[in-house]
Amino acid sequence: MSRSKFAIGSVKPEQRSKLYWMFSDSGVLIKRSLSHIVKNRDQVLGLTIQPIMFMLLFRYVFGGAINTGSVSYVNFLVAGILIQSAAFGALTTSLSVATDLQKGLIDRIKSLPIVGWGLLMGHVVGDLARNLIQSLVMIGIGLLVGFRPSASPYEWLLIAGIVLLFTFAISWIAAIMGLVARSVESVQWMGFFLVFPLTFASAAFAPTQTMAKWLRVFAENQPVTHVIEAVRALMIGTPIGNHAWLAAVWCIGIIAVAMPFATHLFRKYGGR
Amino acid sequence: MTDDAIVIEDLRKNFKDVKVLEGIDLKVERGTVLALLGPNGAGKTTTIRILSTLLQPDDGRAYINGHDVVKDPDAVRASIGLTGQYAAVDELLTGRENLEMMGRLYHLSKADSRTRAEEMLAEFELTDAANRAVKTYSGGMKRRLDVAASLIAAPPILFLDEPTTGLDPRSRLKVWDIVQQLVDAGATIFLTTQYLDEADKLADRIAVLDHGRIIAEGTADELKEKVGKDRLEVTVTKESDFDAALRAVEGAAAQSDPEERRVSVAMEGGVHEVKELLDRLERAGVKIEGLALHKPTLDDVFLHLTGHEAMENDQVTKK
Repeated sequence: MSRSKFAIGSVKPEQRSKLYWMFSDSGVLIKRSLSHIVKNRDQVLGLTIQPIMFMLLFRYVFGGAINTGSVSYVNFLVAGILIQSAAFGALTTSLSVATDLQKGLIDRIKSLPIVGWGLLMGHVVGDLARNLIQSLVMIGIGLLVGFRPSASPYEWLLIAGIVLLFTFAISWIAAIMGLVARSVESVQWMGFFLVFPLTFASAAFAPTQTMAKWLRVFAENQPVTHVIEAVRALMIGTPIGNHAWLAAVWCIGIIAVAMPFATHLFRKYGGR
Repeated sequence: MTDDAIVIEDLRKNFKDVKVLEGIDLKVERGTVLALLGPNGAGKTTTIRILSTLLQPDDGRAYINGHDVVKDPDAVRASIGLTGQYAAVDELLTGRENLEMMGRLYHLSKADSRTRAEEMLAEFELTDAANRAVKTYSGGMKRRLDVAASLIAAPPILFLDEPTTGLDPRSRLKVWDIVQQLVDAGATIFLTTQYLDEADKLADRIAVLDHGRIIAEGTADELKEKVGKDRLEVTVTKESDFDAALRAVEGAAAQSDPEERRVSVAMEGGVHEVKELLDRLERAGVKIEGLALHKPTLDDVFLHLTGHEAMENDQVTKK
């Protein structure tokens, strides 16, 4: 019999260290998620257009009625829109994870000798890349409609760091939602109920001072507001107060809890 | 000396209050095919999920290639290929990208992943579609790609969960052919199926699973023997001869069907029995129109063992 393509051991795995494979496995799956961005341009376009609509809506329709004191409304707005779009954009992680689950791809990945968080990390990093593109477009549009930031290059780096850290954190929460929801349909509304209050009951579109007292307590102390206020302060020079480090503590705290929890869910209950 | 690639001991699994597996024992010798046969909801997929480390058993042990599925899942994962019930491929990527990705995740080198992807594409007749996104593939093509993905690293042990369910006849034959080639190449295969003919055709041994228990195990022939022997069916020419024919075969375990003018007799032994029976009919002056030897099918086996048909349509909806 001629040597079959199927003969056992006709190919052998490479012998490398565990650490090497940890990077290789997540690298392969990150590459997969990144190529999804290229292959699914419609989705990226849709995700970018929505916040642009929001920006124009608030800039030209509602903005005039919102009092932001000495700061022009468009300058106030950009940080809020940027973080809101990062939060809504993170839901694509939920969608991707739920899709993989539904298609049985997660079962297949779990049957491979690879690192547990590899697939989730792929989607989360894909999310970061998508959000980076989105943010640049948003800032560009902002500049067109009158946004005049005063940030130095160093401050821009800090802004990028905070936005990416926030996206990374919320994407891990989104990964958990994708694993729990188990279907693409339920992910949609779950994500909406999480992200909607967090981004609207915040300092994203209006100063918190005019909100009802109970709402104000929530809005001023929840992580999204800290992230927005920190970014806003760095962009246009409003007082930064405790916002930057509180934002960092929140994000790192969320990552520290959500990442292992998501990995645990992936291993134990990720199937159906 | 036996060399078992898969050993399952008293495997149990509950989902909430539902007992899905109630103590399964099985061994699969290296280089053979075991078909786990059963209706929907019998626990076939649960068994495969435990053996491929996707699910933890509540009790019992399972060893794949000598590795404990609970204690050493990574060693198990390095020894197996899994094809689940769904075509688990990335729809946005092309066929080639899917296979190369799987090769890398099985820890083949980049060069090996490329070569193997090419070989698998050719083997599964997907070369022409290799650079198209998988979402443009037909169901049969997706399934073939799915099976190809589990073979990319040439693992010694393969789990195929209903590999041909929903396939068109051509793709089904292709999958059967591949299974045969895999066995020839030395692989051990554990497959589940609801199709009796599939188990009959592919498997060295068949285990029948029903309500979480193995209710029978053996070769296809052994299982058929359990149900009964071959039967010789005789159709008489004239209706008036029917009673004479019945009297002539009296004593033998006979069944009759007057409408069809047919008498059937269980066969104990060999060809001489056939001759003796025909002689008895001739002596009684019975003219014969037709003669057929009926071998029991696995359908008969299933009906005999479980008291219900292999396919229970009312159970098809699964959680």
